[in-house]
Amino acid sequence: MGLLTDDQKMLQETAASFLAEEGSVGKQLRHWRDIGCKDGFGHGLWKQFAELGLTGICIPESDGGLGLGATEAALVLEEIGRNLTPSPFLATAVVVARAIAGTQHADRWFPGILTGETILALAVDEGSRHGPAQTALEAKRQGNGFVLNGCKQFVVQGASADMIVTAARTAGSLGEPDGITLFAMPRDAKGLEIENVALVDSSKAARLTFENVQLDADAVIGEVDGGWAPLKRALAAGNAGAAAELVGVASGASAMTLDYLRQRKQFGKLIGEFQALQHRAAHLYAEIEIARAAAFKAAQLLDAGDEQAELYASVAKAKSADVANFAVREGVQMHGGIGMTDEHDIGLYMKREAVLGELWGDVYYHREQVARLSGY
Amino acid sequence: MTTDLDAFRAETRTWLEANCPAEMRQPIRSEADVCWGGRNWTFQSDAQRSWLEAMAGRGWTVPDWPKDYGGGGLPAEEARVLKEEMQRIGARPPLTSFGISMLGPALLAFGTEEQKGHYLPQIARGEIRWCQGYSEPGAGSDLAGLQTKAEDKGDHWLVNGQKVWTSYADKADWIFCLVRTSTESKQGGISFLLFDMATPGVSTKPILLISGNSPFCETFLDDVKVPKDQIVGEVNKGWDVAKYLLGHEREMIAGMGLGAGGSSVTLGSVVKPADPLLRAEIAAFDVNALAFAAMSERFAAMWKAGEAHPASPSMMKYAGTELNKRRNELAVAAGGSEALEWDSERSGGGSAARNWLRSKGNSIEGGTSEIQLNIVAKHILRLPGA
Repeated sequence: MGLLTDDQKMLQETAASFLAEEGSVGKQLRHWRDIGCKDGFGHGLWKQFAELGLTGICIPESDGGLGLGATEAALVLEEIGRNLTPSPFLATAVVVARAIAGTQHADRWFPGILTGETILALAVDEGSRHGPAQTALEAKRQGNGFVLNGCKQFVVQGASADMIVTAARTAGSLGEPDGITLFAMPRDAKGLEIENVALVDSSKAARLTFENVQLDADAVIGEVDGGWAPLKRALAAGNAGAAAELVGVASGASAMTLDYLRQRKQFGKLIGEFQALQHRAAHLYAEIEIARAAAFKAAQLLDAGDEQAELYASVAKAKSADVANFAVREGVQMHGGIGMTDEHDIGLYMKREAVLGELWGDVYYHREQVARLSGY
Repeated sequence: MTTDLDAFRAETRTWLEANCPAEMRQPIRSEADVCWGGRNWTFQSDAQRSWLEAMAGRGWTVPDWPKDYGGGGLPAEEARVLKEEMQRIGARPPLTSFGISMLGPALLAFGTEEQKGHYLPQIARGEIRWCQGYSEPGAGSDLAGLQTKAEDKGDHWLVNGQKVWTSYADKADWIFCLVRTSTESKQGGISFLLFDMATPGVSTKPILLISGNSPFCETFLDDVKVPKDQIVGEVNKGWDVAKYLLGHEREMIAGMGLGAGGSSVTLGSVVKPADPLLRAEIAAFDVNALAFAAMSERFAAMWKAGEAHPASPSMMKYAGTELNKRRNELAVAAGGSEALEWDSERSGGGSAARNWLRSKGNSIEGGTSEIQLNIVAKHILRLPGA
């Protein structure tokens, strides 16, 4: 896998300065949290994403996007993670954009993504642990369409979304990949009840209840019963993206902690002079570098259409969640008492890591995937 | 450009098919399968000899060294293609040597034209086997505290002292050796000498390790006369050469993180763990190993492009060796009681147990893990007082 191209480096610099300035904790995360915003993110910032072209990174040029890929998305996501910027970028512009690309739904939703007016979501999980094959939400044929009954949870920004890509079971039984169908469900579908849930990091995820929700046949994305392959592709892109964002979270927490080690004095010394802390900081540095390499390899394999892309999406997610978790634990501990206060930002990194680490499969889920894909 | 590279790949593939003997495409089972070369080398087989001769003939034992010094003169992309094509057929390295991995790069950077023209082609052809005289009984982690002294006797250096942990000193033909030429400054009083191990006054004694093998020696230097032109770099500037060489050594040792099968083979797919808790630990390990494989690729690309931090080999060495120790712990656990057999044929002469014990030295040799962490803290993280 190669290094970044000059264009990619330029995009990285653009994203870094934009998000450090406009996406900072003070301007975004704390602001929306403290005023009790129902979305958990700012629509104004999303429009700025659009003005910079960032919302169209994964949208083909023929549809008005930048026609770039997972690698460029990863560069933006690392900066989002570093600044804890609440944004629909990952779910809307990376995962759902990929899920509907090349279908009739692209014409309907891509223009709104490009202008920063549209928010989209993905509904997969039904229990408290990720398991796409465990899709039970029933979609029965009725007339020219389908009627859906069941529930979904952990639908990121589901209550803010204009449309929710929903995985439902049209055939087969629980645990089977075959028989899953993806639907493009408008948020105002009749019989759909949305509970907007605030999570530990002040982001929002919805619980959905379906009571005889009727969808037309043209709501189907791709093939009926054939949703597994496109769902897996979208989830691989989501996990590679979440991995990059986690690397950003880890880097941000680590940078903040290193600053503290260089400033805080005890026993008449800077605490960064103590070898006990130096070795922990150096070990953490190595781990973050490795996680970043894994995240970029996953993105590059996705862009190359390589058969190992799914394996490396799981490697990247498992590794980066593990490392980011380590980074925030070390961050809070090394900050001492101040790290326990709401006033200090280090705790916000711990909260964000917890949610991102869980999203679309935690460390244990992805280790299991790596074992299975490796044949044991 | 791509088409040129494709043509090179096709040619290389054909040449390797014709010149790499079938026996040299078998996985390396033990140390006995490794070709080290040197004056006293006994080839394990005709295949081992012809493979070395064919590769050395093209300069492909050191594909990226200049042709004038016995190398292949290949640009980085072609060297990568050669490596990929060798991996594709499972070709063994034709030659393994500290001359290639350690001394050669240092000579290319610091040697005189005469030194490069004299020593490098011998290394490339596997004619001289080198060993490394760095550590001393009183200078381990604190390497610059070394005491072996070299006195200027006009037409030669007179060397006296003792080295330890000299890899394969009993089998080596020549040594690259750190000596003290001044006591006025710790690091600024060190010089880098080359000499023949057959020189009068040089003697070696193997050290038996916990693995039951003796890859290291004590090396005694009593009134050893070394010609004046066998110094690399300037007098008292040997520490620069030593550090540069250590960077390459650490890079080489970090490669252990990839395991014997390279980056694509997971531990779990080899040992097929049945116990669910052990399987979980191995899956966690395989995530780390695959992530490290991605890091190795990225590091190699960044290093070549000059984008890597100069101290980053320390990070790689630390991570790679800790990973290799873990791999061996888990391999022994997965092997159960069979992995504890010491000399049975069934166990390959106790290879699992011996590899496990030998791996403990990975995070000690070439600078301990603790030293690597010190270097990262000081030079990369710039922590105070480090």
